[in-house]
Amino acid sequence: MSSQINRRKFLLYGSATLGTSILLKACGSAPTTTTEASPAASGEASPAAAAAGDGIKVGILHSLSGTMAISENSVVDSTELAIEEINKAGGINGKQIVAIKEDGASDWPTFAEKAKKLIDEDQVVVIFGCWTSASRKAVLPVFEEKNHMLFYPVQYEGQECSKNIFYTGAAPNQQIEPSVDWLLEEKGKEFYLVGSDYVFPRTANTIIKAQLAAKGGTVVGEDYLPLGSTEVTPIISKIRSALPNGGVIYNTMNGDSNVALFKQMQGAGLTADKYPVMSVSIAEEEVKAIGVDFLKGHYAAWNYFQTVDSPENEKYVAAFKAKFGDDRVTNDPMEAAYISVNIWKQAVEKAGDAGTPTDLEKVRTAAYGQKFAAPEGPVEMNNNHHISKTVRIGEVRDDGLFEIVSSTPAPVEPIPWNQFVADTKGFTCDWTRTDIKAPETAGKFKGA
Amino acid sequence: MAISILDGIFNGLSVGSVLLLAALGLAIVFGLMGVINMAHGELMMLGAYTTFVVQNIFKPLGAFSQLYIFFALIAAFVVAALMGLVLERGVIRYLYGRPLETLLATWGVSLILQQFVRSVSWVLVVNLALFCLLYFGGLWLVRKRPDFEQIRKLAIAVLLPLSVGIALTVGSLLGKSFGLTATKPWFGAQNVDVTAPKWLQGGLPIGGYQLPYTRMFIMLLTVLCVLGIYFFLNKTPWGLRIRSVTQNRNMSACLGIPTAKVDALTFALGSGLAGVAGCAVSLLGSVGPNTGQNYIVNTFMVVVVGGVGKLVGTIVGAMAIGITDYVIGTGMLSTLFTAIQPVSNFFAFFATTSMAKVLVFVLIVVFLQFRPAGLFPQKGRTVDA
Repeated sequence: MSSQINRRKFLLYGSATLGTSILLKACGSAPTTTTEASPAASGEASPAAAAAGDGIKVGILHSLSGTMAISENSVVDSTELAIEEINKAGGINGKQIVAIKEDGASDWPTFAEKAKKLIDEDQVVVIFGCWTSASRKAVLPVFEEKNHMLFYPVQYEGQECSKNIFYTGAAPNQQIEPSVDWLLEEKGKEFYLVGSDYVFPRTANTIIKAQLAAKGGTVVGEDYLPLGSTEVTPIISKIRSALPNGGVIYNTMNGDSNVALFKQMQGAGLTADKYPVMSVSIAEEEVKAIGVDFLKGHYAAWNYFQTVDSPENEKYVAAFKAKFGDDRVTNDPMEAAYISVNIWKQAVEKAGDAGTPTDLEKVRTAAYGQKFAAPEGPVEMNNNHHISKTVRIGEVRDDGLFEIVSSTPAPVEPIPWNQFVADTKGFTCDWTRTDIKAPETAGKFKGA
Repeated sequence: MAISILDGIFNGLSVGSVLLLAALGLAIVFGLMGVINMAHGELMMLGAYTTFVVQNIFKPLGAFSQLYIFFALIAAFVVAALMGLVLERGVIRYLYGRPLETLLATWGVSLILQQFVRSVSWVLVVNLALFCLLYFGGLWLVRKRPDFEQIRKLAIAVLLPLSVGIALTVGSLLGKSFGLTATKPWFGAQNVDVTAPKWLQGGLPIGGYQLPYTRMFIMLLTVLCVLGIYFFLNKTPWGLRIRSVTQNRNMSACLGIPTAKVDALTFALGSGLAGVAGCAVSLLGSVGPNTGQNYIVNTFMVVVVGGVGKLVGTIVGAMAIGITDYVIGTGMLSTLFTAIQPVSNFFAFFATTSMAKVLVFVLIVVFLQFRPAGLFPQKGRTVDA
């Protein structure tokens, strides 16, 4: 009899669990459905575009869960804001944009899987997504195989120029190099490099080392922390013995490790005046999550800060806060995502239609040379799939936003192949060139 | 030189004490009870989130707010212990003696808890509370009928959709009428910031070094927790019962010890300790849905290396792993062996934080080949049973 009771209990609690999980699911996805339904709802005003089948299907592929969700969720918000604004203004050529959201779950194979799903099953004509370089590298073969289109909104290490990806974040020469120059000039010649253990920090540090060697700086140490690890005591000990009198720390860590680094540096007495830290993945959102107390006086290099003084930025920040709440902040990747959607929209308008999932050639060529008055200032899509951007350096101030201490007078042209690294010195990328020997090498060829 | 050695010892011990504090709860749950609790990290995370909440409650209190950490420690213990109690009563007690099922079930619980802190909002809380009230309350009422066994399935079939429906309707009504205030997640997927009180920021300067106060606080807390556990297990009547149940459950039951109650209490105690650890690590690292994930592997490693079932094993294991990790990671061994070039090069290769981890894991694998039961294996007849 006892087994029967067990089965009953199993049934009872099984159904209870099922019920609860359905409940959780329902609550968890409630906001998603409302935001995704809103374009359709607003489309009902103009009956022509009411049916979803008539809209333009686009994919959003970011980590909504897992360790990267901390950063990627807000990029999704910004992408959705841009889509909503376009839909409210009547869509693209009278067609509404329908966004299909997929969760990459901070797991790189999942990213590739979900990209395939968006392209094959949902038949989207463009995907906005990815944050970490690892996730981008994971989806790259998918996009090249299917000859599809990805807009990638995050600053990255460069050394890539795919025909199927538009990079709307900074190339290294638009973030890392100017910040190293600025540090050499203002803060000292001795650098300690810390980073998370994956492709972006390792490549970025190779570039920094080559640049420092060329410009008279020295690297006194280099250390990598496993992604997500929070035990930074050994790193702090090494920094102190390598730089007893202070020096520059260049930080390419990502995610949770940043929090540990800054909290424990403060505890160990490594203060911002003697050990200024230049970070390339700490923006307004992260400052809020780490705590201003730990970051005050440290630096970050980006193309966009919420404090950029321009009418476009004022409008963008106001629209974002109106939609997502007053306590939210905007940051560089979010703004790049906003640029992505708008540049793509302009390209589609120029091409006449959004293309089909198997033929995006017209949209791709139309994207070249697209100019957009972005919140960060004027940007332009170059023939090498990267965009010209203004570079800024900000210092964390009391309210958690950045005081802009340096910015380039004009947008900087992107250089995807790094000229400080021997392997790629002299290489360029131009996808409009047809005069080179093998057109498929337009992503990486030598000469002007 | 003496100071730098002192600094090294301090750092090694402090890395070890974080490990130990995180593993202490698991040493009880896994070590004494034999429950593979994959949700241990999430119980820590709940402790860390409790700290965040307590910190925000104390914020308006001015100077008094600097003492929030003590209240946070107590609150974290209570919250995590209650969650542990629910977990034990709701899931684990049906799975005693089935390690594989326990592992899967607690892993599921850990995923649920992670998503819970991401999406918890007033609507969700009201939904859940209403559902539990209606469903379990309804079942409790039906159970009073004499023909309960006959109508049980019918009762479940009616009550479940009914309570789900009512809960969801009320939830969506709430969401509609109160808008963002009701549907906005409390914490969201973002990390939240826990700032150590002013008197724990900075550190004690010794020579050219500075010993962080937060680290000292955690070491002190670890010592207190270990002493507390030792005292509780060895000097109190409930401790005696816990030990007797772990040693021989059937005999204890025969002698009138309420084993079910003891199980619940033990699990709650282990969970509460995880909460305390969560509160402590929130001073060092990030507080987010994934906080627990960062510690779970290390905690199991400590308990296994130390020897399952022995508190002293956990202590020694944590310190050994912590110090080894620190000594390799900082490249101390490499400078020590400068005379012997190949050895020095070998250690220099492993002298980054992520490579040090690799070497530590390799050492542990090798160690477990020779001592599969850990540093302090359990002895006695019950072990084989």
